Amino acid sequence: MQASPKVNDHRALSAPASTRPLAQDHDMQNREAVFHMHSISKVYQMGEVQVHALRSVELDLYAGELVVFLGPSGSGKSTLLNIMGALDTPTSGEVTFRDHNLTSAPDNELTRFRREHVGFVFQFYNLIPSLTALENVTLVTEIAEHPMPAEEALKRVGLGDRLHHFPAQLSGGEQQRVAIARAIAKRPDVLLCDEPTGALDFSTGKLVLEVLEQINRELGTTVAVITHNASIGGMADRVIRMRSGEIVEVHHNLKKLAPSELEW
Amino acid sequence: MHTLHRKLLRDLLHLRGQVIAVALVVACGVASFVAMRSTYVSLLSSQQNYYRDYRFADVFVQLKRAPEAAASRLADISNVATVQTRVVMDVILDVPGLAEPAVGRLVSIPGRRSPMLNDLFLRRGRWVEPGTDGEVIASEAFTAANKLDLGGSVQAVINGRWKRLTIVGIALSPEYIYEIRGGGSLFPDNRRFGVLWMDREVLGPVFNMDRAFNDVALTTAPGANLDEVIARVDQALATYGGLGAYAREDQLSHSFISDEIAQNRITSNVVPAIFLGVAAFLVHIVLSRLVKTQRMQVAIVKAFGYSNFMVGLHYLQLAMVSVLGGIALGVAVGWYFGLKLTTLYADFYRFPLLEYKISPMILVQAGLITLAAATLGAVGAVRAAVGLPPAEAMRPEPPARYRLGFFERFRAARSLSPATRMIVRNLERRPVRAAVSIFAICCSVSILVIEFGLMDSLNRMMDIQFRNVQREDVMVILNEPRSFRARAELARLPGVLLSEPFRAVPVRLRFEHHSHRSLILGLEKEHQLRRVLDRQLNDVSVPEDGILLGTKLAELLGVKPGQVVTVEVLEGRRPVRNLMVTGMADEILGLSAYMELGSLNRLMSEQAISGSFLKVDGKEEPTLYSLLKRTPGVGAVAIRQAAVDSFNETIRRSLAVSLTTLIVFASIIAVGIVYNGARIALSERANEMASLRILGFTRREIAVLLLGEQAVLTLLAIPFGYLLGYAVCVYLAARLQTELYRLPVYIKLATYLWSFVIVAVSALFSGWLVRRRLDRLDLVSVLKSREQ
Ligand SMILES: Nc1ncnc2c1ncn2[C@@H]1O[C@H](COP(=O)(O)OP(=O)(O)OP(=O)(O)O)[C@@H](O)[C@H]1O
Ligand SMILES: [Mg+2]
Repeated sequence: MQASPKVNDHRALSAPASTRPLAQDHDMQNREAVFHMHSISKVYQMGEVQVHALRSVELDLYAGELVVFLGPSGSGKSTLLNIMGALDTPTSGEVTFRDHNLTSAPDNELTRFRREHVGFVFQFYNLIPSLTALENVTLVTEIAEHPMPAEEALKRVGLGDRLHHFPAQLSGGEQQRVAIARAIAKRPDVLLCDEPTGALDFSTGKLVLEVLEQINRELGTTVAVITHNASIGGMADRVIRMRSGEIVEVHHNLKKLAPSELEW
Repeated sequence: MHTLHRKLLRDLLHLRGQVIAVALVVACGVASFVAMRSTYVSLLSSQQNYYRDYRFADVFVQLKRAPEAAASRLADISNVATVQTRVVMDVILDVPGLAEPAVGRLVSIPGRRSPMLNDLFLRRGRWVEPGTDGEVIASEAFTAANKLDLGGSVQAVINGRWKRLTIVGIALSPEYIYEIRGGGSLFPDNRRFGVLWMDREVLGPVFNMDRAFNDVALTTAPGANLDEVIARVDQALATYGGLGAYAREDQLSHSFISDEIAQNRITSNVVPAIFLGVAAFLVHIVLSRLVKTQRMQVAIVKAFGYSNFMVGLHYLQLAMVSVLGGIALGVAVGWYFGLKLTTLYADFYRFPLLEYKISPMILVQAGLITLAAATLGAVGAVRAAVGLPPAEAMRPEPPARYRLGFFERFRAARSLSPATRMIVRNLERRPVRAAVSIFAICCSVSILVIEFGLMDSLNRMMDIQFRNVQREDVMVILNEPRSFRARAELARLPGVLLSEPFRAVPVRLRFEHHSHRSLILGLEKEHQLRRVLDRQLNDVSVPEDGILLGTKLAELLGVKPGQVVTVEVLEGRRPVRNLMVTGMADEILGLSAYMELGSLNRLMSEQAISGSFLKVDGKEEPTLYSLLKRTPGVGAVAIRQAAVDSFNETIRRSLAVSLTTLIVFASIIAVGIVYNGARIALSERANEMASLRILGFTRREIAVLLLGEQAVLTLLAIPFGYLLGYAVCVYLAARLQTELYRLPVYIKLATYLWSFVIVAVSALFSGWLVRRRLDRLDLVSVLKSREQ
């Protein structure tokens, strides 16, 4: 638990020595690629103007890895994550998750894919206000195939004693942890997190990151995290930087830091 | 203001579904108000004008026979203004093209036209030629039903001889706006019953009524005490076989029409009230929701310096566009239906002029009441919009508070799935809204139950009467009581399988200080063609001693079985006897009392019958009918099947309009409530629904969650609707319970099922409309924003 801030400094991230843009690290190649994204583009037609949210993105995600996406606002991070989570489909290109083709599947198959394989965590929690913490989790475990008990999921995020509170009775960080519990309770293959700490203060944010790290470590879940905080990259296996709808840099951390060691 | 107007247009466009739903509910309210009010006013003024212009009498009385001189005794009674003596006789008619014998009511008129009570409105043709034999003026309904025209003729059996009566005029009378024979018939059978007016100088001598009369109509001075006049009239006519005087209220045609008009008045108040209440509620919830979603906008507009008044007006305008649209549509539809309804009535009731009048007053009233209701609905929402200080309005709305609801304190509720809990908690969070929604849907269900239920009850009434009580095919009524020889003659008529003679005696019954006119029906000991039944349709035995009363009659007299009533016979030697009430029969039509034929004969010191119930071999019917037409002594023939047919025909005609209208009305309430409820729920919970979709819920599953709330409301409302509908049926049946008939409340299972189906289909349709929006929910955009 010693602090070694320099390693996770953004200067370290951009250091050419440890950076090989658009290439996969040899270590990762031994692992199974769960997501295959080939030449993904997303174009929004806004009247006369075309907005290119993604431009021919190539990316694989591997089983059990923790990936952090960084990039300026509007660079296409959310768009990419939403496509991975089958909330959105690309304008062109192909996305596969194991043997599921996410580009050509009809809506009901995408729904089933989300139901069986993906857990989501968002900036604004998106909990159901009329259900208690426990019920928000059981809502998902009821439709999942091999869920963990809802209480266990909440215990994992440290909320074992707040089971019967409604969202409005919980703090932002607690609500976000309920959202994580809800996302992991189904034992998803991937956990997609879009700015999970965006609405939280420093220490609460860290608490949430610890939970994510622990899920990744203990359950072997592939975790993708979008953030504006470059220092969070320190806890990732890989840090992917985006700009104007393109992946501009992939950085492989040789040494992952624990969330408590991060500094921002 | 210009830009605010543009916002108004965009908001209207965005909310178009809800705006239309509100407008439709408003339109129903306005349409029903306009249609029923204008029909009511048209009917009432037609009736009043008719009565006034044609001098409809105040008191009526029938008697055996009195010399013309007796009329002056009546005129001398204080408070009697005008006396009109008449000769009135029912005779058998042979109408061209009609196999069965019809009954004609011959009513005398002065040979030279002069003002008289119950004056005729001569629609076509001319007055009878004084002193000319065989000329009649016929009632319009009768001639129309039998396709008779001026110059046409019918044959009448008068004093045992055929007489050709030629129609020289076609007329209407205020006495027969609703033209029925009486004696148990409730629905007009214009083919088999008609009124024919004849010169008194011609009619009188034929029936031994030369310078004599057997019927009186009179008017009273304004403010006269009618009961007193009636008592005096009865006194004056007692020696002439008076059958008891009665006031307008008991006059057949008048009491039917007045009931009908009164019903229109009630419905013209109740139905629009329901719709406008629902409309006010919808305006309230739609606008409240809009104001909430536009909280920020209100704050910004106010921060720019728009006044509270301008902001309030803006939202009020939004509501008013929808309401004014509804009013315009409602006035047009109401006008059309009013016209239709009046035409229907004109077809049914005979007024010289049933003019459909729609006064601007009604339209103004409709407009004002509706606007008032809508404003009432809008005011709370608008107040919320303007009441918020801009700084506070800038902040997002605090999250909705949920808590463990009332129902979840029960153990059983703990095993509910989270989805069910969401539905329950959302309902419990807005108990008032849920209650009002339930009430509104309940009204929609009950409208159907009432309409179908009254129909069921009416059918049930006719069913009991014509299947259980009246089992004869033909009832023959002799024009005066005959000896037992007639009995054998009736039994020998061709095709008669069974003949059960009866004696009917007009009486006045007294018990303590109550008295009532009635008819004692003397039945044979073993009678099967006319049964006397209790409420459960079990036979009640007719006593060999004593008297059996109909429940309504007993109620009017305040008498119970075991007590003794005084019977004043109004016929023959007019004996007065005390008789023990042995039991009660649950009669549906009329106010009769029953005795055993022998004991009635002993009371009358006679051996006589008034007629007979016949069971007839169908193949022999034509022979029987043609023979009955020419049998002397037969005063009237009533054919059961004809009565059933005239009932069905009446129902069929009135049903066509009212049924479709009410189904549309009920559906619009249900759609208005469910559609708006679901749209508002969608607007409030779009984020929630999108989140669920992201979690892997299918479109169908979230639809169940969102629409489940409305489904629960609808399902909860339905039993209440059944109860309310049933209760209103009971109330209406009690109110409709006149001395003429009693409506047994009887609602078929099918009625409940149909009401359910109609409301459920309306709800499903509304759900489907919202479901289409739900399917198009944008998942990604939800993630970009906090609530709202
Ligand atoms: N529905 C849409 N219609 C039009 N353009 C859109 C839509 N959604 C996203 N975009 C555009 O696509 C681009 C990428 O958006 P995206 O949300 O992926 O950015 P982001 O990297 O997540 O930004 P942020 O860090 O601000 O969340 C942006 O330029 C955005 O304007
Ligand atoms: Mg984003």
